Amino acid sequence: MSLEIVDSCVSCHACYDVCPSNAIEMSALQKHFVIDPKKCTECEGDYADPQCASICPIEETILNASGIPINPLGSLTGIPPEKMEEVMREIQAR
Amino acid sequence: MELNVVSEEAPVSSAGGCASSSCGSTDDQLSHLPDAIREKVHNHPCYSEEAHHYFARMHVAVAPACNIQCHYCNRKYDCSNESRPGVVSELLTPEEAVMKTKAVAANIPQMTVLGIAGPGDPLANPERTFATFRMLSEQTPDIKLCVSTNGLALPDCVEELSKHNIDHVTITINTVDPDIGAQIYPWIYWNNRRIYGVKGAKILIEQQQKGLEMLTERGILVKVNSVMIPGVNDQHLKEVSRIVKAKGAFLHNVMPLIAEAEHGTFYGVMGQRGPEPDELQALQDECAGDMNMMRHCRQCRADAVGLLGEDRGEEFTLDKIAEMNVDYGKAMKVRAEVHAGIAEELAEKQAKKARLVTPDEPLRKGHQRPVLMAVATSGQGVINQHFGHATEFLVYEASHTGVRFIGHRKVDQYCIGGDTCGEKESALSGSIRALAGCEVVLCAKIGFEPWEQLETAGIKPNGEHAMEPIDDAILEVYQEMIESGALDAAPLHLSHASA
Ligand code: SF4
Ligand code: SF4
Repeated sequence: MSLEIVDSCVSCHACYDVCPSNAIEMSALQKHFVIDPKKCTECEGDYADPQCASICPIEETILNASGIPINPLGSLTGIPPEKMEEVMREIQAR
Repeated sequence: MELNVVSEEAPVSSAGGCASSSCGSTDDQLSHLPDAIREKVHNHPCYSEEAHHYFARMHVAVAPACNIQCHYCNRKYDCSNESRPGVVSELLTPEEAVMKTKAVAANIPQMTVLGIAGPGDPLANPERTFATFRMLSEQTPDIKLCVSTNGLALPDCVEELSKHNIDHVTITINTVDPDIGAQIYPWIYWNNRRIYGVKGAKILIEQQQKGLEMLTERGILVKVNSVMIPGVNDQHLKEVSRIVKAKGAFLHNVMPLIAEAEHGTFYGVMGQRGPEPDELQALQDECAGDMNMMRHCRQCRADAVGLLGEDRGEEFTLDKIAEMNVDYGKAMKVRAEVHAGIAEELAEKQAKKARLVTPDEPLRKGHQRPVLMAVATSGQGVINQHFGHATEFLVYEASHTGVRFIGHRKVDQYCIGGDTCGEKESALSGSIRALAGCEVVLCAKIGFEPWEQLETAGIKPNGEHAMEPIDDAILEVYQEMIESGALDAAPLHLSHASA
């Protein structure tokens, strides 16, 4: 079982520094960090929580084994998703 | 070693600002600091109001990771038009950072300070940060090192910091109250967990305070930065100022919150406003009673290069650096000569100031009300900028005690580059708004249209002192105002407002 990093990754290195399994590396192809599914242990045996998902600052960037974001929209910034949408619409409309 | 922190800002003109034998190359704001500390900061552009007209600093972006979230930060954002803290375009490896530092130092000999400030938290990237410092201490011994941090990992790094002889540390402390902290920091990463809300804020505050104490115990200079967030921590920052001073911080720098919806930050999106220039100044004034404030700070981006307020980073991108072949031994000699020249100039200026800035008798007797004046300058301590070209103004207060530097007013905060950042009010009305509270604006030249609009706004434009030293010109204008009776009436903008 493995977690996955998707395109919204901003390559901040934070997960790379804390992964106990050395499962995270920069992908030259995808231009962001990725998790090697063969190496990822989901931090089992090392920590209670998966480390990458505990430090990643970007919502919806790290998915669990079922493909569901561990940090859903609004969970890290505290910005309600509806509010974010509304403000982004306003900015677009300018 | 104990750091002595002085509790009163020295009045600018008292005894010509000279309190000890080493007077001359330092500025008045620092003149009351103990010699050892003053020696450390006298040519540091971030600490010395005088020096920042002459010396330059640079930041290298080697620290991408962060261990906390702040409501004024958005890690997604990277716009090259922007000069905000925490925003950076080109991430460097420690080796590249050293190469860049040498290239800049050789080309801008005024560069005396190298800082690591981000784009994340430098101490959340200890390997990259300390590898950079280690190489620089060896290879560029004439450059001072400094680091900024949110403080969470600070206690763990103090030992390492003191080993590398890094003598300037900036801690961003926005609060000492976990309940307020929870309104600023939604979470921290601590002991391998993400910790939310008050619990996380409490840990962060404890670590910041512990780190501050550990650093001052070891004689390492600590500056504290605070972001003023109206309605969240604005009143509370006075208490923060008292506490960090008691623990030995030698400077407290209150900066305005920058919050725009376009930045995608919590505060930006939720409509939290930043302080108006006069609110910021009022708070800085109140905190100044408690400790030495740093008014000339312009929050710079994590990869900023150049004199404070200007960013020459574009000249030193990696591919351009690769083509420069820097002989650092040779560069150091040139640098030493340039530094000596500047020190001489500063000493001369200080001596002149001691003679000139002490006001004449009638000025002292009069006890006239103080006047705020804005100055357009591009450096060197003289009035040398066209009004329309100024992206910021230096604000000074003239009073019966002399001339005092108050702070900077940005004209068009952080977005100078064109219309890519959404709506922009006209530059002129932006300038006029930034000058609220000032009665005079001194510049090298000014066009007819802004002249009229300024006068309407109750701000008197003055282009008569082009290329003159700022302090002298302000004092002269103040004298003229006294003699003409202009100060007998309330400031024009106030009478306008009440009319
Ligand atoms: S879950 Fe743990 S092991 Fe897997 S990539 Fe993330 S940090 Fe590494
Ligand atoms: S912590 Fe998140 S944003 Fe940062 S590199 Fe890892 S996946 Fe990307």
